[in-house]
Amino acid sequence: MESVAIELRGICKRFGRIQANNNVNLTLYHGEILSLLGENGSGKTTLMNMISGIYYPDAGQIFINGEEVVIKSPKDAFDHGIGMIHQHFKLIDVFTATENIVLGLEEKGRFDIKAASKRVKELCDRYGFILDPDKKIYEMSVSEKQTVEIIKVLYRGANILILDEPTAVLTPQETVKLFEVMRKMKEDGKAIIIITHKLNEVLSVSDRVTVLRKGETIGSVNTAEATAESLTEMMVGKKVVLNIERTDPDNPEDRLIIDGLNCINREGVQVLKDISFTAKAGEILGIAGIAGSGQRELLESIAGLQHVNTGSIVYIDPETGKEKKLRDMTPMQIRSLGVRLSFVPEDRLGMGLVGNMDIVDNMMLRSYSKGKSAFLQKKEPTDLAQQIVDRLEVVTPNISTPVRRLSGGNVQKVLVGREISSGPTVLMVAYPVRGLDINSSYLIYNLLNKQKENRAAVIFVGEDLDVLIALCDRIIVLGGGRITGEVDARNTTKEQIGYLMTKSAGGEE
Amino acid sequence: MMEAKPKKEPLIHITKRDVMPLWKAILVRVIAIAIALAVSAGLVVILTQKNPLEIFSAMFNGSFGTPRKILNMLQDVAMLLCIALAVTPAFRMKFWNIGAEGQVLMGALASAALMYFLGGSGLPNGVLIPMMFIGSLAVGMIWAVIPAIFKAIWNTNETLFTLMMNYVAMQIIQICIASWATSGSGVMGVINLNTKLGWLPDLFGQKYILNIIFVALLTVFVFIYMKYSKQGYEIAVVGESENTARYIGINVKKVIIRTMLISGAMCGFAGFLLVSGASHTITKDLAGGMGFTAIMVSWLAKFNPAIMVGTSFLLVFLDKGASSIAMECRLNESVGEIITGIIIFFIIGCEFFIRYKINFRSSGKEAAK
Repeated sequence: MESVAIELRGICKRFGRIQANNNVNLTLYHGEILSLLGENGSGKTTLMNMISGIYYPDAGQIFINGEEVVIKSPKDAFDHGIGMIHQHFKLIDVFTATENIVLGLEEKGRFDIKAASKRVKELCDRYGFILDPDKKIYEMSVSEKQTVEIIKVLYRGANILILDEPTAVLTPQETVKLFEVMRKMKEDGKAIIIITHKLNEVLSVSDRVTVLRKGETIGSVNTAEATAESLTEMMVGKKVVLNIERTDPDNPEDRLIIDGLNCINREGVQVLKDISFTAKAGEILGIAGIAGSGQRELLESIAGLQHVNTGSIVYIDPETGKEKKLRDMTPMQIRSLGVRLSFVPEDRLGMGLVGNMDIVDNMMLRSYSKGKSAFLQKKEPTDLAQQIVDRLEVVTPNISTPVRRLSGGNVQKVLVGREISSGPTVLMVAYPVRGLDINSSYLIYNLLNKQKENRAAVIFVGEDLDVLIALCDRIIVLGGGRITGEVDARNTTKEQIGYLMTKSAGGEE
Repeated sequence: MMEAKPKKEPLIHITKRDVMPLWKAILVRVIAIAIALAVSAGLVVILTQKNPLEIFSAMFNGSFGTPRKILNMLQDVAMLLCIALAVTPAFRMKFWNIGAEGQVLMGALASAALMYFLGGSGLPNGVLIPMMFIGSLAVGMIWAVIPAIFKAIWNTNETLFTLMMNYVAMQIIQICIASWATSGSGVMGVINLNTKLGWLPDLFGQKYILNIIFVALLTVFVFIYMKYSKQGYEIAVVGESENTARYIGINVKKVIIRTMLISGAMCGFAGFLLVSGASHTITKDLAGGMGFTAIMVSWLAKFNPAIMVGTSFLLVFLDKGASSIAMECRLNESVGEIITGIIIFFIIGCEFFIRYKINFRSSGKEAAK
């Protein structure tokens, strides 16, 4: 029988009125990969933060290798051989991989970067990482940076690794590579916990799955005996149909024509190169690509938030059929042209909403300037807020709660609800289900499909290729700021899109 | 089961509270003031061997001793409140304007200059006072909008910029006084002492009453402006998140400049009231640091104009009390300042207990069982 690496018994943690973890039990053996599964707010991250020393549990015990331990700080966690790889990388851009890896280590004697570099190389060979130890971080791709983060914790002698949604930023090919490395680490006796929302990944990489729901352990199952449906049922507590109903586009007509768009950002980097495409009414156009391939700049150029160097953005009015040029207009000017353009940005609380304001005030963002009066009109936004809370089942004490207090899924419901309330003719959404659980994700997909039926031209920037293929009608692929291909979503494969995603990303440097 | 190892657990850990009920929050603050008084009483006994009640009554007398003192206290509260109201819109916008002192002084200088130069021109008060009013507002606005323009266009640091502008303002006043003052003493003296031209009239036979009424009206105005007007909403959005402001199409530069114009106008207004309604002269110490104290008033009140009435009263009361202790009890003024410091420390410190909860080791263990 394998030996227990870490065991949690009766862990409780509460924040104010919210019981984030209640009596959670979890066992992880050496030489296994455990998936931690649960909806948003089910307490996965809180639990992992307690193991890695960021939070301290209110009650409960943690055993490592059979001995009770107290983890008060990240340093304690390291001393017990626990290493966490966070979603957001904590690396210094101008340093090399090796320099980042040894940063903050206190070793006796003279510091020898050559020896360190050699050890990094050894680790790479042992687990099959592909990494140049002397490459600077700013020259690296996202997947290479992730590799540095993983080696960083291995270098410190971690035996228990926690990976928080590691695949969110990777292409399908990179994900396959990561899983290979994880399997090698497993064979070496490391214990690994992976947090992910993607059920197919859970099924392909892990040995066992532990499911949390509302802060409590629902159970652990062997992956071999589980299916996507059975896991979803454990997570949600009831049966969920995992189907996106895609209708055929009904008489699609051109709505937004982008032609030859070039854009150079403030740092002087060309972020968009010769982008041309047409978004059609009654259709969902998907945009795939590795994070940072120009998706944000493209949407912001259309929304009037990003200066464009050359090219044109033309909107065709559905009523009159007349062309309207949108390039270099401010959001206010676009609105005053009568263009109903809605935009759900990637950064929900930093751009789409104001976290410290309540739901009503956030509704007002789009409509406050209407009318000649110098004073705010509160009636309409209040009604709208109530309507959205009722219709989209937003979980909130009331409509005067600051939105930052809501959970991720509910924040997104508020934002999407506001953006579709104006009956948009163009609806742009960026990563609308990032960090959302299955229930909320499908609610968002359904809302997008409804907008498509209402003859909006929907532009959907996504990262999960399975969803892009199931939801969209056409998909264009961005790589390094240019369009590397366009595919028909009904006749494509993940591999094809994955290939297009990496096609020109390398050619840029 | 393994035995618990309490020695390894942290002694205390701090967690964030939910919203505390209002009565409880008020109770915490009352207790804080009570403890502050007890601590300062103890300290006074140790340091001076005097009866602490005597000290506290002296403190109270500083503001409420005589009708004259009450009126002076109200005037000081009004002026401090006026400047606090002036800095509030900028602070809501997260524009750290610490140049209120200079903006007030420049506004005051404009009023004083008009009084000085037009005092002998035969203009009646009905013309001169409105001119002074407009002049002060305009100069206050100019002084405030300069850093705002630099911030909006070149993104300069407004904190340093506004701070430097204070010293420029003080030096300009020094130059003006040096060239206007006839005696050569470097002191301006009361302007138009005999004609009382440019002096705000007394009301009910009392000076300052008009100042107090004006500031009361201004409080209501700022409250409504910040809470119910579209411009107030824009200020809040820009302050919370510039990205969101851009996203919905607010012209951030315009809002920064417009808000600083309003802020500067109110500072100018405070300068006008100080010269025309109170001192009738100009010195570089006319604002007496109120431009900085006002920031504390505004912040303690969490930018709510209604609460600012209370916080400005508190700070003036403590300040007057401190000097009164020095006089009545023949003590060094430092004793009063120590007491003021203790009270403010407890008032600000108690906010921590309203927002966070402290869990002790023992209570955590019990919960585990």
